[in-house]
Amino acid sequence: MKRVLVAAIFLVWAAMLCTIPLFLSFGDPAATDMDTYFIGRGQADAAANNIVTSVVFDFRGFDTLGESVVLFTAVTGVALMVREKRKGEEHEDE
Amino acid sequence: MSKIVRTGASILYPFIVIFGLYVIMHGHLTPGGGFQGGAVIATGAALLLVAFSAGEISGMVRKSTLMGQETLGLLLFIGAGILGLIMGAPFFANVLANSGLLFGQAVLPGPNPGELNTAGVLPIMNIAVGVEVWGGLAIVVMYLLSTIEREGA
Repeated sequence: MKRVLVAAIFLVWAAMLCTIPLFLSFGDPAATDMDTYFIGRGQADAAANNIVTSVVFDFRGFDTLGESVVLFTAVTGVALMVREKRKGEEHEDE
Repeated sequence: MSKIVRTGASILYPFIVIFGLYVIMHGHLTPGGGFQGGAVIATGAALLLVAFSAGEISGMVRKSTLMGQETLGLLLFIGAGILGLIMGAPFFANVLANSGLLFGQAVLPGPNPGELNTAGVLPIMNIAVGVEVWGGLAIVVMYLLSTIEREGA
């Protein structure tokens, strides 16, 4: 009974996933204000030819700062976890 | 690994580093940027670590050096953001763009190949993120491989 229910839900989900894109028009987003601004002002404001880089580092630079801090924290965590134990230090997990 | 793999890795490594530095330096003109270029260079470091043993590489490069490189990258990135505050603009403002100073050349409107000396603080931030990702990913691979060798898993 449970497996039939799961299969039914999965089938409905897959059918929706396949049919919904047919009703959406491709290349015609609902809101275009933001991309029009980026494409129109990117070269003048950020002075960069690569609009993706000007969005990532200039218009949304604060987001990239968070990304860098996440990477730094992850590396620090790995370094703390797998570091060599000092002499005389107890292994707590053994 | 065998002598063939070691020789091949030694020959390939400088080219991988140069390609990664190219991707970082041209981040504001071509696809790619700091994250991607740093990941490319870290791939070269992983190649060396696999070809030679992690213990051998650990003798050549100290882990604290890579950790310092990562910290330097993050500090340089935050410093490029604070540069806006120093010049009397908001945090992370692109104060060097169109200023005529370092990377301050204005770009022509419309499709064009572009100049390297443009985009203000974007190349500085690209270099900072590239240095950070380079050191960070290299030290992660190094730590994991040296742990596997030590514990014999």
